[in-house]
Amino acid sequence: MTEPFPPTSAIPVPVGSHGSASGGSTLLGYIGIDTIIEQMRKKTMKAGFDFNIMVVGHSGLGKSTLLNTLFKSQVSRRNAGWPRDEKIPKTVEIKSVSHVIEEGGVKMKLTVVDTPGFGDQINNDNCWEPISKYINEQFEKFLKEEVNITRKKRIPDTRVHCCIYFIPPTGHSLRQLDIEFMKRLSHSVNIIPVIAKADTMTIEERQEFKQRVRKELETSGVEFYPQKEFDDDMEDKSDNDKIRETMPFAVVGSDKEYQVNGKRVLGRKTAWGIVEVENSNHCEFAKLRDFLIRSHLQDLKEVTHNIHYETYRAKRLNENGGLHPISSNGTQESNL
Amino acid sequence: MSVNQASAISTVGEGHMTAMELGGLRGLANLPNQVYRKSVKRGFEFTLMVVGESGLGKSTLINSLFLTDLYSKDYPGPSQRIKKTVQVEQSKVLIKEGGVQLTLTIVDTPGFGDAVDNSNCWQPVINYIDSKCEDFLNAESRVNRRSMPDNRVHCCLYFIAPSGHGLKPLDIEFMKRLHDKVNVIPLIAKADTLTPEECQLFKKQIMKEIQEHKIKIYEFPDTEDDEDNKLIRKIKEKMPLAVVGSNVVIEVNGKKVRGRQYPWGVAEVENGEHCDFTVLRNMLIRTHMQNLKDVTNNVHYENYRSKKLAAVTCNGVDNSKVKGQLTKSPLAQMEEERREHVMKMKKMEAEMEQVFEMKVKEKKQKLKDSEAELERRHEQMKRNLEAQYKELEEKRRVFEEEKINWEAQQKILEQQKLDASKSKNLVCVLFF
Repeated sequence: MTEPFPPTSAIPVPVGSHGSASGGSTLLGYIGIDTIIEQMRKKTMKAGFDFNIMVVGHSGLGKSTLLNTLFKSQVSRRNAGWPRDEKIPKTVEIKSVSHVIEEGGVKMKLTVVDTPGFGDQINNDNCWEPISKYINEQFEKFLKEEVNITRKKRIPDTRVHCCIYFIPPTGHSLRQLDIEFMKRLSHSVNIIPVIAKADTMTIEERQEFKQRVRKELETSGVEFYPQKEFDDDMEDKSDNDKIRETMPFAVVGSDKEYQVNGKRVLGRKTAWGIVEVENSNHCEFAKLRDFLIRSHLQDLKEVTHNIHYETYRAKRLNENGGLHPISSNGTQESNL
Repeated sequence: MSVNQASAISTVGEGHMTAMELGGLRGLANLPNQVYRKSVKRGFEFTLMVVGESGLGKSTLINSLFLTDLYSKDYPGPSQRIKKTVQVEQSKVLIKEGGVQLTLTIVDTPGFGDAVDNSNCWQPVINYIDSKCEDFLNAESRVNRRSMPDNRVHCCLYFIAPSGHGLKPLDIEFMKRLHDKVNVIPLIAKADTLTPEECQLFKKQIMKEIQEHKIKIYEFPDTEDDEDNKLIRKIKEKMPLAVVGSNVVIEVNGKKVRGRQYPWGVAEVENGEHCDFTVLRNMLIRTHMQNLKDVTNNVHYENYRSKKLAAVTCNGVDNSKVKGQLTKSPLAQMEEERREHVMKMKKMEAEMEQVFEMKVKEKKQKLKDSEAELERRHEQMKRNLEAQYKELEEKRRVFEEEKINWEAQQKILEQQKLDASKSKNLVCVLFF
């Protein structure tokens, strides 16, 4: 239908102002549905969002340093009061620290969950159990809140959105412990494997190691994030395929700055050169950061909520033949 | 040593000996040369054990230390193969340099610390060391001691992963159990992971923990020479040595060096500022190899021996596997040995007979089988032949029948022709 615009009707207005077109349905033209993106953005900025990240790997792999480098602030538990050279705990402990990071008006409540003692003992049987229990506990908390009759407006989200698993840079292959852990946890949480302390290996060694690791993960049936089965459409698939080809990322972390070519960069100074953390020729930290924070942060949360949490919920609800909703006055007579 | 040039050693009073003047170079001073020549002819033996988790660069370090390709692409080191349990493997290599030959045995322990549950992963290692000491003990106690190969482990290099924090519980357990059986030298593997400051901190932390747990690592002996002592003290400060190994030779500033090429620089293996590899090599090969052997012989082996023999004499009944009973006289022992030998021979003979019989049986069976096979085939062929023969008979019969038919037909035809011609003749005759 090609009718000329009646000169008295509302003129199409750009995004941002009070612009929903007035007038009758005969008005063709700009409605302004796309301003919903702006509205969402404003809301998100006001509310802020939560992100819970867990790091797993045996001690000495640079987990805390990497976290500090990723979020460009002292977020690891080491700086939150625990001393640097505490003894290795006898069992796997779960320690979580929360910080609020603000950038460009966006507030993020970042919770870092650390797992000291993982893989450090002589006998590491079942060292993944405390971690699995913790993840399930967070799901349980969320489920309880959801099932409540009078729910809170915003359920506090403590579920683990992402688990970064640190692979020691042996240069040969994955260890038995690595495969066991990832197999057991890839169905309850998004696992992102990274190769720690990548400055141990030369570039060729890194490529070979990565290929071997990827092959081993494939043969063991470990689906790390981004999982192939959750690709929505072709565009997603091709993007994610490219990322999957380069995973696991070989990273180096550092919180010290040095002067290189007149610029101040984060790096590690050795007797034969300076390893630059953000130089993509040196290591893949920049790729990890972009992947984790700049492109897939929301996706991580969504996959956790829509898939991992739903799996847990379905399992729970099927087990006991259903949950009774709990009244909010505290008498919890459920058979949860 | 000629008599007139010999030195006379006089005993004076309390038993001090003073050497009188020597005349000329041929004399006592020549003794070290004689020892040297004999040893060089005999060749040296050295057994080195490397222990550590897989992927710490043990094979690469061995290659770098001895400048050989003990583990190369064609014969990959044990780390390239996945092991479920701890194995102990040994490889021998003969190295010759400047007329001196060294039989180097490298004992590797693949699978150490790699499983999820690593309890008692040190047990195979301990068993190996003990068994080598036992072999030596037995060989020493034999009457016939002509060949006494020394396979005892002289030195154990323990590789510590460069975590930067401290020793792992596994490291501490292992070293505690092995420090009185073998010379343990802890090394920080893949030292190019650490920056110089981190390396210092790490070394301090390790030494503190070693002292805390009272682990007795190999101690460099103090010599009388002050110069050497200074060097030794420097080495002691650097313990544990942080090493880097490499199989690859890279060119740096026109020189060819062993190193690792990174995008940010080349870590040179033999550069003292980059790592302690040269210190390790000098210490292990150039200066302290003999000392390691001596300490093994005098301290660790003697410990083992006294423990073993004390157990034997305490119990009275020897429930261990010591073959050489040292409480008997040599003659009895010789008898014993002879009897052993004879028994061994008999056993071997019996075994061989058994094997032979088995083989004979097999062959007979095979022959029988092939005979049966042949018979069968013969039968089959005969049957085939008969069948063919019958067929042929049949065909012949059919053919005969046809022939008779055909002949009969021919006769009829001829008869007809004759009749026809007769009638024709008749007609012709009639016409004329």
